[in-house]
Amino acid sequence: MKWKYSFLVTLMLAFLFMIAACSGDGGADTASTDGESEEENTEGDSGSDEEQVLVYARGGDSTSLDFASVSDGESSRVTKNIYDSLLDYERDSFDVVPGLAHDWEVSDDGLKYTFHLEEGVTFHDGTDFNAEAVKINFERWADPEHEYAFKDEGYAYPLYGTMFGGYKGDEDHIIKEINVVNDYEIEFVLKEPQGSFLQNMAMHYFAITSPAALEKYGPDIGENPVGTGPFQFVSWTKDDQIVLEKFEDYRKDGLPKLDKLIYEVIPENSARLIALRSGDVDIIDGVNPDDASGIKSEDGLKLYVRGENNVGYLGMNVEKEPLDDKLVRQAINHAVDNESIVEALYAGYATPAVNLIPPNYMGYNDEIEGYEYDPERAKELLAEAGKDDGLELDLWVMPVSRPYMPDPETVAEIVQNNLKEVGIKTNIVREEWAPYLEKTSQGEQELFLLGWSGSNGDPDYFFGSLLHGDNIGGENRSFYQNEKVDELIDQAATEIDQDKRAELYKEIQTLLHEDAPGVNLVHSTPLAAAKSAVKGFIPHPSTNDPMEEVYMEN
Amino acid sequence: MTAYIMRRLLQLIPVLIGMTIITFAIVHLIPGNPAQTILGETASQEAIADLEENMGLNEPYPVQYGFYITDLMQGDLGTSLRTKSEISSEIWPRLAATLELTFFAMVFAIFIGVNAGIISAWKQNSWFDFLAMMFALVGVSMPVFWLALMEQLVFAQELGWLPAFGRELSGDPIAPITHFYVLDSLIHLDFPRALTVLKHLILPSIALGTIPMAIIARMTRSSMLEVMQSDYIRTVRAKGSGQFLVIYKHALKNATIPVLTVIGLQTGVLLGGAILTETIFSWPGIGRYVFEAINYRDYPVIQSGILVIAFFFVIINLIVDILYTYIDPRIKY
Repeated sequence: MKWKYSFLVTLMLAFLFMIAACSGDGGADTASTDGESEEENTEGDSGSDEEQVLVYARGGDSTSLDFASVSDGESSRVTKNIYDSLLDYERDSFDVVPGLAHDWEVSDDGLKYTFHLEEGVTFHDGTDFNAEAVKINFERWADPEHEYAFKDEGYAYPLYGTMFGGYKGDEDHIIKEINVVNDYEIEFVLKEPQGSFLQNMAMHYFAITSPAALEKYGPDIGENPVGTGPFQFVSWTKDDQIVLEKFEDYRKDGLPKLDKLIYEVIPENSARLIALRSGDVDIIDGVNPDDASGIKSEDGLKLYVRGENNVGYLGMNVEKEPLDDKLVRQAINHAVDNESIVEALYAGYATPAVNLIPPNYMGYNDEIEGYEYDPERAKELLAEAGKDDGLELDLWVMPVSRPYMPDPETVAEIVQNNLKEVGIKTNIVREEWAPYLEKTSQGEQELFLLGWSGSNGDPDYFFGSLLHGDNIGGENRSFYQNEKVDELIDQAATEIDQDKRAELYKEIQTLLHEDAPGVNLVHSTPLAAAKSAVKGFIPHPSTNDPMEEVYMEN
Repeated sequence: MTAYIMRRLLQLIPVLIGMTIITFAIVHLIPGNPAQTILGETASQEAIADLEENMGLNEPYPVQYGFYITDLMQGDLGTSLRTKSEISSEIWPRLAATLELTFFAMVFAIFIGVNAGIISAWKQNSWFDFLAMMFALVGVSMPVFWLALMEQLVFAQELGWLPAFGRELSGDPIAPITHFYVLDSLIHLDFPRALTVLKHLILPSIALGTIPMAIIARMTRSSMLEVMQSDYIRTVRAKGSGQFLVIYKHALKNATIPVLTVIGLQTGVLLGGAILTETIFSWPGIGRYVFEAINYRDYPVIQSGILVIAFFFVIINLIVDILYTYIDPRIKY
């Protein structure tokens, strides 16, 4: 009798499969039987009175929706639309504009900032936004022992430490005290002037969370975000989707225009483009440069180019022979053809770099002419340095793809060929990502590929981190130390007159151009795409795209 | 039988403890510091040091292992270094997603594979046999990511019949109970949603099930051919039984054992090996979860993920072993 079991099992499985197959087909042919859930997705496209729904697809999920405790762009991309900070950036650049503070004053010595806050703003949980809320948030990040710091649950706020020189009690911590003047006025007193202070205050990492929510959710705040932003949190299915809905009491009248905003995770670039073409999603970030021309010529789709906010470079350890010789470094600069890298890797969607900072940054020196691609000149310089008898250098290649360098292997190949032409032999060195970062910090490398992404749109974040002598052993992986440059960087970091700062940064760039501690390769301009029906979308260079003005046209 | 099952379950304990030691050792031997990896290239040395201390990575390895195993004994899988969430609450939805996908992939693979194998054996050397076995050969050698992308291109982009990604429609997530979405929709009596979920399962199930299907088809065919030549089949035929009955009633039973072994092994492989399909179809499953964790050196998640996959691998094999006794009473434990 046992044979019945096997037959029964086969039959049962067959039956299940048939249900699956039939229902699938049936559902597709007769959409009307699919009911409400099916309609939900498409409602946004039809009729202005109907619900406006937009699906934004990206490559990875958010780590946490407590933005300040993490530093990944996929987290802040979402929370940008749930939370507001005191100041904000212009929609397509890093120019500072009002946020929760409508006005602010700086004392003459640059030590005291007074912010005047918007009145009548409420958090999504209905509690009032006021100066006390701002103070609690900043104290939470500054003081690991704070009741909302959740240190024991593993929370830390690395960007606060980086931007404001450390934490409560640290010698270099720049914020001395925060005083609540009244409900809508708050004062930040600094230990010494910080040139990028306003720029920092506009960073999304310093947005304000509802203190009542911190009390209510405790360490679960990362999954229950409550802010004052245009959208409020509905649900988060990990690795899948985050659903936000319009916050009716948003402080700006008539905004946001969307009723529902959904962030979908689609890890594969080609699959994401297929989802856009099949109409399942409305905006995709992360488009392969090779797909750009196809999207451009396609009806119903639109290509978006993000502004520059990073630099990919070929670094040189200037402590190692023969890279300690300025002439050799200049020769390498002449030998590397960054235009061909832009063409080969980015299908033209990148800017060949001249200086370390992106051209849309304050203080960018556009009088400097880049090192021209000129192998002959490179050979002459090598001869002048007495190093034309066949140099051999290690070239470290990063193992991961980054926005500033999607394909490091190909870059390494091009650089290797370029250098071979002028008689420099290079040996490729590969390391895993974390050891790569550690070992280059310790100076084991000669030539190395790496890059830097901006976060507050301020030049100090580039020069101060990458080329200041104090950061040798840390982010200064070139081991470059120039007293004059260090002095200028320090001066610019504490200068609060932005015009004077710009002049200082221009001077720094002139010195760096001459010293050539690295080859600035590219500033990438990452691509996004959307249906043509999506209006009002402007990708931000930081990838934190504000969505309040976006809507779907019929 | 009950005693046997109990014994097998008890054997699980040393197996799992062995797994914890192996995964702990491997995870800590791969180069790379999680603090540095999580913070990336723009991290300052101070930030990295702070985070390391915060995550308890400064303790010696045996101490770290001690903490880990003590927590594990209390049913605490730990907290993700990266997301700071409880792993026990993070891991089940992903595991359920993968189990659901694996189930449907195997249903597809078994139904098509077994029947194609039977018919091929029945009509040996016919055009059907030839085509089916060629198809099976192609199926075994087909790269999953290629098949998956082609499916998306044809059925989602060009024909628009089936969704290209995810487990359900955007913007209207299910209120999960078991995290098996088909089951959950049925519990909610939400039949339109059940249909939507099934539609989302079709393409990834086919992509994931193609290789096992081909393997099962080839195994069934050869196993059936062997059985069909045995004496008792000749006797059954001589008694005048119809061909269909001979095959499905008498031959299949004896041919099933090796096929069942393959099915069990393949199901286990799919659990951990679904990552390519999960990535291309944006399926929030356990393969992707562990893969991401490896990228970020999220030790607790890697350890727990591998442990859970190993656990289910063993369980599936146990189920297969029990099924043997039902199919073939000669097998006794």
